[in-house]
Amino acid sequence: MSEKKIVVPGEYLGLKGDRKTGSNVYSEEDKVYSKKVGLLRESENSIDVVPLSGIYIPRKGDKIIGIIKEIQPSGWVVDINSPYQAFLPLAEGVNEFVDVFRTDLSKYYDIGDVVYLKILNIMKKKIIQLSIKDAGLRKLEDGILIKVTPTKIPRIIGRGGSMISMIKQKTKTNVIVGKNGIIWIKGRNTDKVLKAIELIEVKSHLSGLTEKISEFLDSYSQQKEGRGEKNEEA
Amino acid sequence: MKKPEGFKLVDGKGKRIDGRGLDETRPIRMEVGLLSRADGSAKVGFGNTVAVAAVFGPRALFPRHLQEVEECIIRTRYNMAPFSTESRKSPGTDRRSIEISKVLRHAIEATVFLEEFPRATIDVYMEIISSDGSTRCTALNAASLALALAGVPMRDLIASCTGGKIDGKLAIDLNGKEDNYGEADVAFAMLPTKREIVLLQMDGELTKEEFMTLLTKMADKCNKIRDMQVKTIKEYYKKIGGELE
Repeated sequence: MSEKKIVVPGEYLGLKGDRKTGSNVYSEEDKVYSKKVGLLRESENSIDVVPLSGIYIPRKGDKIIGIIKEIQPSGWVVDINSPYQAFLPLAEGVNEFVDVFRTDLSKYYDIGDVVYLKILNIMKKKIIQLSIKDAGLRKLEDGILIKVTPTKIPRIIGRGGSMISMIKQKTKTNVIVGKNGIIWIKGRNTDKVLKAIELIEVKSHLSGLTEKISEFLDSYSQQKEGRGEKNEEA
Repeated sequence: MKKPEGFKLVDGKGKRIDGRGLDETRPIRMEVGLLSRADGSAKVGFGNTVAVAAVFGPRALFPRHLQEVEECIIRTRYNMAPFSTESRKSPGTDRRSIEISKVLRHAIEATVFLEEFPRATIDVYMEIISSDGSTRCTALNAASLALALAGVPMRDLIASCTGGKIDGKLAIDLNGKEDNYGEADVAFAMLPTKREIVLLQMDGELTKEEFMTLLTKMADKCNKIRDMQVKTIKEYYKKIGGELE
């Protein structure tokens, strides 16, 4: 990848030629311009901008966390923290035969339930089809939900999942990060995870972030243990 | 409004009442990302005129009958605070602010890729907290920055400034007194890199030649304003870092 340069809407990025253009740029005649504020990502066969801010734009295959909003005769309408309508069809949500005339679908997912899903398909007019049939996808019971800026999710996951697996390991807490900016946390050390995520959001521009968070988690647990001992003495 | 007897907007040396030349704007200040609740926000000041803009969305639009199947809609609100003017302005929406909200909405619609968010809405709120002429242009400059910050896909930033005729001379960026007592005032906004006009309103009288000269002058100023907007955005992201090390 070439050097990272901040671009703004309307900025001329280069000639298109035979290159592929991404969804955050547009071309007029043979010239390519940026649609958003972001970092330029240019190579010999493609040209695109990685946005620095904005809402979650669904992509096929993304694993996300949604909240059931509505029950319909043939499935569920899900809030996925995006302006688009998302639908979880009965066949993609349940693994068994369901007689829709005799079954109350709230038995499977009720309004307000939190579900870990993947985006199966994006249809015309941006209607999104969801599915729960994949490894790890399920209804999330208990736990807490937090919302973060969707553009910061890659930093929270880390390269190849390094950051999130480190947090999970050190805090012994269950964390699921949805690409749409919703994070689900369940376990004893919830507050520790919250602090760590807060820290990532603030310091997302620093290099060696994983080590910094690792150090923070170590010192945080020591502090707590220290306090715990004192309390016992008193 | 009638000009008081003997009141001069331009003195013998071509200086205006606030001491600047005919082709000069007032000092321009720009700040972005000041409201944490909004998806994008900006504050722009042209001299004593200060506007704050907040952008929310694209987000789902309800009630459903307002939704457009093919594209998103834009809702704008231009409002002047009661304390923004010399004598108290009665608060709330009035005929003037409804009209300005509408023309600003059309300007924004010309630059946003509406078709990317079917059935959604983008809400743009523009509040004038201090008013001294050119309020709609200041509001539009702020809205453009706020939209960029919110990550809304746009063809270009919108740059905007006013022009007019005061004491028989063409001038750029009119203040409140010049707007009231001048012979003509023009509100102008464009997409600088596309060289497309997205807002053009005039009050008063100008000859065709005067109008064309003024248009070129305002377009030049808008290019400078765009440069400032770009600088503001880039500095903001360099400061908070993003992915830059």
